[in-house]
Amino acid sequence: MNKTSRDRGRLLVLLEAAQDKSAHISRETITELAESLDISIGEVYGVASFYSFLSTKPKGRNVIRICKSLPCLLKNAQTVIDSVRKELGIKPGETTTDGRFSFELTNCIGACDKAPAMMVNSDVHGDLTSKKITKILQGYK
Amino acid sequence: MEKRVVLKNCGVIDPRDIASYLEVDGFKALKKALKMTPQQVIDEIKASGLRGRGGAGFPCGLKWELASQAKGAEKYVICNADEGEVGTFKDRYILENDPFSLIEGIAIAGYAIGAKKAYIYLRAEYHFLLDLVEEAIAQSKKKGFLEHLDIEVREGAGAYVCGEESALMDSIEGKRGEVRYRPPFPPTSGLWGQPTIINNVETLTNIPSIIFNGAEWFNQMGTEKSKGTKVFSVSGDVAKPGFYELVLGSPLRELVEKLAKAERVKAVQIGGATGRIIPYALIDTSLSFESVLGAGAITVFGENRDIVDIVSKTMEFLAEESCGKCTPCREGTEVMAETMERLVRGEGLKKDIKVLEELAETMMLCSLCGLGQAAPIPVVDSLEHFRGEYENRIRQN
Repeated sequence: MNKTSRDRGRLLVLLEAAQDKSAHISRETITELAESLDISIGEVYGVASFYSFLSTKPKGRNVIRICKSLPCLLKNAQTVIDSVRKELGIKPGETTTDGRFSFELTNCIGACDKAPAMMVNSDVHGDLTSKKITKILQGYK
Repeated sequence: MEKRVVLKNCGVIDPRDIASYLEVDGFKALKKALKMTPQQVIDEIKASGLRGRGGAGFPCGLKWELASQAKGAEKYVICNADEGEVGTFKDRYILENDPFSLIEGIAIAGYAIGAKKAYIYLRAEYHFLLDLVEEAIAQSKKKGFLEHLDIEVREGAGAYVCGEESALMDSIEGKRGEVRYRPPFPPTSGLWGQPTIINNVETLTNIPSIIFNGAEWFNQMGTEKSKGTKVFSVSGDVAKPGFYELVLGSPLRELVEKLAKAERVKAVQIGGATGRIIPYALIDTSLSFESVLGAGAITVFGENRDIVDIVSKTMEFLAEESCGKCTPCREGTEVMAETMERLVRGEGLKKDIKVLEELAETMMLCSLCGLGQAAPIPVVDSLEHFRGEYENRIRQN
């Protein structure tokens, strides 16, 4: 493998790093990456927009992802979704006006043994109840 | 029958301390393998009858042999830790509790096929395990066990389809995780076009025990075509969800009723979103490659659950996660999801069942990868066993 394809091979790693740094992948980042790897802006955007954990739009400081797959739904994930909605006053897909939380629904996160479960950033929280939600969210500023 | 082979060290060793792994014969299998020729290692794995634990069940030794014989400037080992199948969480448990057995398995695989580089592709949802796994690699390296092989962890970014091996390779190459046309298959042309083996976490975790104890020890467990044990992830309407390791060929009833303590079961989905739906009448089905297995996701549905609703949720998931490269899967999953949702709303039409069945056939025949080929299974199975529920929904309209 030559150097160019080795560098090109790091695109996803670079996008993940950019996302970690500024909570989303900006237009500027996409242009810069395209230039430095000598590939088209479209190719970079194509990768950035394919993966659900990468975002080309700004997000809140903390991202809540509630699992909406069957094992969690069977354990009343809908109640958890409703609690977060009530607690934050936003619907899935939205961000609070103070930029503290973005709220999303996601597919199976591999925590079905402690369903219903959710992720806040990289932390997994399981066996959720409405009461627990309030306490968990307080831990994220 | 319960038996701990893969999970034998889970809860026994300290996953953050290699010394505790060495105390339980850790890395002795690698030492033994390094004294054998690579072909002898491959022959041992072939003789064991070990088949892939990620769902497809391809013979592991044969995969290794193909890669070992293939010509390439470099060769790669990839550990698939992108456990995205709905209801599967057993690889998480292995990584959390015994990363060393996995690393030893990868090290043996690398030696067997002549690879100098290995990747562990870890799903984004398991980011919290990254430090633990990297630390385990660093400790193994420091002890001199990885002189022949460099192991790097690459993280996914949230895409179910990347658990499919060709999409996974594209993702490691930094591309969109879209599946590839095959042939060529990965053992001859995989990562960056080089010979590559891709094995599931559980498959690789089996390797040290097989080399250490011998193929014969391993192939005495299980059925004719399904050797060894399998780790199951049980969730849904059960009193005791969690991890259970059983000898292959054990009855589904033992897992669901005896171990996970389910009562009044209506149906069980085996293998996640693209898995089989087994009605309670068939609860004595054996868990094996000959019968039904998948990656070991067991989702139990109680008596009061609505099958049409369950299948609708499953199709919604598959429609979202289809990579979109081939038409039968991209469009088929969408149409199925829309139809199922309409049925749930009580707006089903008489022709819906026929359309679903015809579409299922097309998708199974023409889709590019396992996702599209297996996506109609829940629809087909539920139509076979719970057709009345579909007809009731249509009658409501």
